[in-house]
Amino acid sequence: MNHDVDVEVNGESYSRQVETRLLLSDFLRHELGLTGTHVGCEHGVCGACTVLLDGVPVRSCLTFAVQATGHSIMTVEGLSGDPDDLHPLQAAFHEAHGLQCGFCTPGILMTLLPFLEENTDPTEEEIRLALSGNLCRCTGYQHIVDAVKLAAAKRRDGITTPAQEADVEGEAGML
Amino acid sequence: MSVITFHVSRFTFQTYPMKPTPFEYYAPRIRQEALELLAEYAGEAKVLAGGQSLVPSMNFRLAQPSILVDLNGVDDLFGITPAEGGGLLVGAMTRHRMVERSSIVAERAPLIAEAMPYIAHPQIRNRGTFGGSLAHADPAAELPALAVALDAQMRVQNASGDRWIPAADFFLGLFTTALEPDEMLVEVEIPPLPRRTGTAFEEFARRHGDYALVGAAAVVTLGDDGTVAECKLVFLSVGDMPVVAASASEVLRGQRPTEDAIRAAAKALAADIEPQADIHATAEYRMHLSKVLARRTLARAVQRASGA
Repeated sequence: MNHDVDVEVNGESYSRQVETRLLLSDFLRHELGLTGTHVGCEHGVCGACTVLLDGVPVRSCLTFAVQATGHSIMTVEGLSGDPDDLHPLQAAFHEAHGLQCGFCTPGILMTLLPFLEENTDPTEEEIRLALSGNLCRCTGYQHIVDAVKLAAAKRRDGITTPAQEADVEGEAGML
Repeated sequence: MSVITFHVSRFTFQTYPMKPTPFEYYAPRIRQEALELLAEYAGEAKVLAGGQSLVPSMNFRLAQPSILVDLNGVDDLFGITPAEGGGLLVGAMTRHRMVERSSIVAERAPLIAEAMPYIAHPQIRNRGTFGGSLAHADPAAELPALAVALDAQMRVQNASGDRWIPAADFFLGLFTTALEPDEMLVEVEIPPLPRRTGTAFEEFARRHGDYALVGAAAVVTLGDDGTVAECKLVFLSVGDMPVVAASASEVLRGQRPTEDAIRAAAKALAADIEPQADIHATAEYRMHLSKVLARRTLARAVQRASGA
């Protein structure tokens, strides 16, 4: 019961033949080697596997890989091409200590990316509601909320790409 | 999860555990094609809408359908349109997110707009569908109770024709609807609210987005003399399908909707519902919550009806 999958992930096209029952989360991790997408509960509760499907955050464990045919996916790897050049959203989590073990972080980042595009100055309540579908067992969420506020502030300052983030960090380093 | 790697000569095969059992997958682009697949494989095929309930149960192997008919590519099942006379039509594949953000829904079915943010989490609402939730008929879900409260009409179709089923006749029990194996829900009509009608929804869950311990939807119409002309109170999570609190509504009908009258209606609930205990709440606690939610939703519906 194999089926073709032709999908764009982080701007690159992939074609594979997979079993129809292969979940998108396992496809990303095992077929494409994109292990940044984490797999926690595998029944749609924890949010660790959240990816963008045509720009919209969805649970990749509740979607079959075959359903992604003709669509575009963005995973946490798509935020930045270089581990030394963090996306401003990642940098905000780094600076505000928005993670401890980091298992939930990829899903949280992918949930927040479109959220911050739509909400330039979110309130704490809006942030907490946006993150209600992402479980974190380490932080108690307070630092995550701080990180989201910081990320929103970066966006308002026009810092939206890893390159812009690197420029700011470079300037800060020279002071 | 462990990945098992086999090395056979110079080829490497990787395999890994699969959660669901194998199935044949069809992704029709047009509705008739989907209906013909359902006719051909009636009883074997399962419709895949948003998959936010079906896929978890497949991951747990509670559901093991041998054939899936994926409706995500059937464009004419998506969308919200105003209906003549002030109601609206919602295509079965319309995502919760679209309903939540729809100005037509906010204006013509404020009860649905009020309840949408309670449905699971943002990521689930991005994918889950209006019709999928109704056809799944989870007694803890919001939309079945709202459909009953608003006297929605369900349009179901098979390869040879269609029929309309009132929401009150659509839900038959736990995860059970009036849909025949070769039929699918294609569209839902929400009729317009009568004038001087107010609605309200509220539910209680331990954490936002969890299944509610109890939820209540109230629809109240006031007469010109200020008494309650019509009242409907529907609960979720207190039975195996949406439960209409007929006695409580009867207590309020014909009365001035004072605080005392609303309190009396909430008291009458004992005759309408018999909540069960489970690991989340005792029966007594669910009953208590039901009365509180009845009072709150009725009071808000009355207030909104006065302003309408």
